[in-house]
This record gives sequence, structure tokens and C-alpha cells, in this order.
Amino acid sequence: MSQIHILGIFDEAPKAAAAADALRTDRLGDVTAYAPALDHGIDAALGPGKSPVRVFTLVGGILGCVLGFAFPIYTVLDSPIITGGKPIVSIPPFVVIAFELTILLAALMTVAGFLLLSGLPRVGRGALYDPRFTEDRWGVLVVCVSERADAARARLTQAGAEEVRHAGG
Amino acid sequence: MSFRKINDDILRTLQAPGPLYFAGLGLVLAVLLWGIYGWTHQIQVGLGVAGYEPPILWAVYITNFVFWIGIAHSGTLISAVLFLFRARWRTAVARASEAMTVFAVMTAGLFPIIHLGRSWLVYWLIPYPNERGLWVNFRSPLIWDVFAITTYLTVSALFLYLGLIPDLASARDRIQDGRRHLYRALALGWRGTDRQWRHFNSLYGFFAALATPLVVSVHSVVSWDFAMSILPGWHSTIFAPYFVAGAIFSGLAMVITLLIPMRTLLHLEEYITLQHFENLAKLIIPTSLIVSYAYVIEFFIAWYTGNVFERGTFVDRASGSYAPLFWTTVVCNCVIPLSLFWKRVRTNLGALFVISILINIGMWLERFVIIAGSLAHSFDPAEWVGLYRPTWVEAAITAGSFAWFFLFFLLFVKNFPAISMTEVKEMTAHGGATPSHSLEPSS
Repeated sequence: MSQIHILGIFDEAPKAAAAADALRTDRLGDVTAYAPALDHGIDAALGPGKSPVRVFTLVGGILGCVLGFAFPIYTVLDSPIITGGKPIVSIPPFVVIAFELTILLAALMTVAGFLLLSGLPRVGRGALYDPRFTEDRWGVLVVCVSERADAARARLTQAGAEEVRHAGG
Repeated sequence: MSFRKINDDILRTLQAPGPLYFAGLGLVLAVLLWGIYGWTHQIQVGLGVAGYEPPILWAVYITNFVFWIGIAHSGTLISAVLFLFRARWRTAVARASEAMTVFAVMTAGLFPIIHLGRSWLVYWLIPYPNERGLWVNFRSPLIWDVFAITTYLTVSALFLYLGLIPDLASARDRIQDGRRHLYRALALGWRGTDRQWRHFNSLYGFFAALATPLVVSVHSVVSWDFAMSILPGWHSTIFAPYFVAGAIFSGLAMVITLLIPMRTLLHLEEYITLQHFENLAKLIIPTSLIVSYAYVIEFFIAWYTGNVFERGTFVDRASGSYAPLFWTTVVCNCVIPLSLFWKRVRTNLGALFVISILINIGMWLERFVIIAGSLAHSFDPAEWVGLYRPTWVEAAITAGSFAWFFLFFLLFVKNFPAISMTEVKEMTAHGGATPSHSLEPSS
């Protein structure tokens, strides 16, 4: 069974959300929506829940905090010089280092999580990508087996697609 | 407002600039060259060409460092803190403010290096064993600065860049000149899929949540450079909130200074409205009042504690050789901003522009009086040296730092969308309601 890519182009976000919802409900194939701005209607139609980016942030924060204490403690034990009459391992000043590294690593891991989960960076935008998706048009792409192509096209048209294109198959 | 019009209006700002833009660019380049000449001269001859005179060994360069770090703060306030508070009006001004933050931190970061004298040894600040086989002193606020500033620069630059990605994709899909290769590379192949938007939404929320405590910590750490010492005039527990409020105060003024000409030159009157300026002016009022309160409390504590050294420093500040600078500071930071209680002033762009510049002059002088003025009136009367007089090298480097900052800002607004198109679209789609980015994406 060959796979076919069918794209519907819409002039309004609710129409795209309705199309995505219909395609997903009828299990006609893998659905991807394109939008020029974040749209909660589309998100609700396709969203599998909370983004796991949060896990990366948490892991980064914990790593940063541990590193922020471990690194100064290691260095002062490596070069034990008393300054200002303070203990060699003086925790309060190291809290500042740990705080900053918590934020830094949490931020860096958040970026890493975002890139990984979003499939970025990537070369090329796909054969059916339309540059208007970053301007004022929404797209709904369904990848399905050729036997279901007519049903998928019908759902896109019924939802109000201005244009339906296909590739492959 | 249609989505296409938003793209048209904002991407139009990236078209070839006019003669006024090039005149501005030429001016900042000329001043920057003067600053570079001053620094080169200092590197060749030595730090003696700055006006340092014991005991004043921190002066103009450290003042500039604190000033520029302060300028950075309002960008994060607008882009992250107001985002978390769902202040919808921030959308139009957030991008320019974020860019200002990054360029201000880049400017501030130069000054500890310039102030070192032997600038080529700056890598000694990086925490690894230096030539003497020692590690840096982690108990020193100076090394906390290294961590705070590098974290702040990294996080604010990433915040700016990541927020730009969807708009860079718009520029990539529209602009045909040579810059399209740059936009294509920087957009990372963004397509605006539902999956990308969902993760982007989460990313943006977390960055705002991380940047907010960071911004408070950064100027607190900067204030501890002073407060951790025992010098009268510096050794104060209120320094952290006092400096953070002052930083946001001066930064808001700089946002107004930059946005008024930017709005006119880029014809963005439809997006950056009088309401935005009025809101920024309203934010200036409480920060000005906090700064005024801190000035009063410093004097009160100097009297109330009965510490003769502390009292002597503050009497000198108000009546000694630094008094004209101190009272100028008070007028600029405490008195003039009170005029913003009147709506007529808040909605008069000419008045706002002048007030914003006066506030920045006041905030620069405040740091100078705290830093040089306190050192000039230390414990031992034999060390009192009076007013610090900067040399031409310090003046050139200071002017050069402003040129450096404005150069990056000028290049940014003509090459990158100065207003977030995607956020404006989101607001338009929600009938002008708050952009719906949130920490909890709907599911």
C-alpha cells in the first residue's frame, strides 16, 4: 500500500482545526497542521497533551544546581586557601553560583528539548509546504494510504479548504 | 487587522533604509572609533591614562558597567515579567526591549575587561586554574558577577533568538535579497507545525519563568560587589532591592528613548501606540518612588545607626564636592518623574523623550556618586581626595560604549522584525486579548 500526502490550505484557523479534528477522529492517517501563529483550536484538535519540554527544564535545573555546589566545593578542596577568615567550604557564597548555574543549565536544556522535540534544525520544508503558512494561511497535511485518499480529500474540502494538493501515492 | 497586513507592515521595516538611518549609523561609527582609539591608547600606555587616583580605583568604567547592566533589566521585565503577568500591551514593545537587553549586557560586559587594564588576562576570571595554579575565589562577589552576567547574556540572547524563530521563517518565506540565506539558516527550518508550536509555547513560558528570577539575581549580585565591602556608602543591606529597582527604572527610560525614534523612523505608529508609552511611563512612577525611598532610607540609616563614618560619608554626599552631582541625581530621579502622574505628560512623546533622557543622566550620576563619591570619602581623612575628574580616555570609552550599543540596535531594527509578528497575530486572532502563550498548553 503506497502512502500519499494530501494538504488542504485554509484561510481561517477554525476551518483548519475542524479539518484536523475530522481527519483525526476518522483515523484517516497522520495529521500535521501548519499555522502562522499559535492556535489553541488546532492544538486542542491534535494536541497529545502537555509538551515534554518541561522534563528537560527540570533535569537541566537539577543538574545545574548539583554542579553549582559540586564545582566550587571541589575547587576549594583542591586549592584550600582561607580568604576573609571564612571556612574552606563556605556554602552561603556558593548558593549564588548554584543559583546561576541552575538557571543556565535549565535554560540550555529547555532549548535542547525544544529543538529535539520539534525536529529542528531541519533542511528543507517538505514538498507540499506553502510559504503562506508563515503569513496568513493554515494548512492541514494528512499522510494516509492511497485507499483512504478520497475520504481524506473529502474531509478537507468539507471543512472549507481553499485548495487541496497531494504528493506521492 | 489582517495577518497579511501585519506581515506587510513589519517586514516592510526591513527594506533598504533611508539617508537618515545612514547618517545615524555614520555618527555612531565615528563615536565608536573614538572609543576604540581611547581603549587602544589605554592598552598601549597603561591604566594610568584613566583618572584613577588612590583611593578612587573604581570610577567611570565601573559606573558604566553598573549603568549598562541596569539598562538591560527593563527588557527582561517587559519580555518575561509582563508576559507572566499576562500584560497584553507588552506584545508591541517586547521584541525591541529584548534586543536592547542583549545589547546592553554586551556593552556592560566590556567594562570589567576595560577596567582590568591588562585586558588580555581576562581569562583569569573564568573558573579554571590560572597560571599560578589557583582557582578563582568563589567567595568573592566579583566571581559571582562572572557567573551572573554570562548566564544573563546567554539566557537573554537565547530568549531573543528563540522568540524570533517564527518571524525569521516569515522573513525567509518573503524576502528575496541576499539576507534570505541568513534568515533560512537562522529559522532552522521552522514550518509552524502544530508540534513545533506546542513545544515553542512551552519553551517560551519556561524561558520567561527562568528569566524572571535571573534578572532579580543579576543586579543583586552587581550590588553585592559594593555591599559586601565595608566601605561607608557601599556597605548596606538594602543595596540589592535598591539596585534592582534603579535598574528597571533606568531601563524603562532607555526603552522610551529608543522606541520614540524607532516608531517614527520605521512607521510603526499603528503598532506602538501612545497607550504603550503611557503604560511604560506608569511603570516608571513606582520604580522612581522606590529609588527615592532608598535614597531617603540611606540617609536615615546613616543618622539612626550613629556610625560616624557612615554619617560623614552621607553628609559629604549631600554637601561636599559631590553635592552638585548628588542633587542633580535627586532632581532627575525623584522630582522630574513625579510629572508622570499627569496623563498629559505621559501621553506627550516630546516630554517623555526628554524625561527619559534626564532619568538616564540621573541614573548614571547616581552610580558615579555611589562608586567614586564613597571611595573619595573613606575612613581616613588623610585619604579624602574630593571630586574625581575623568580623563579624555574615560570620556571616549564611555561615549564609545553608547555608540556600540546604538550600533547594534540600529543594525537589529533594519535586519530583524522589531515587533513580534506572530504575537501580534495571536492577539489579533483573540480579538486583542492577551497572547495565549502559557506554561500549560491547552490539551
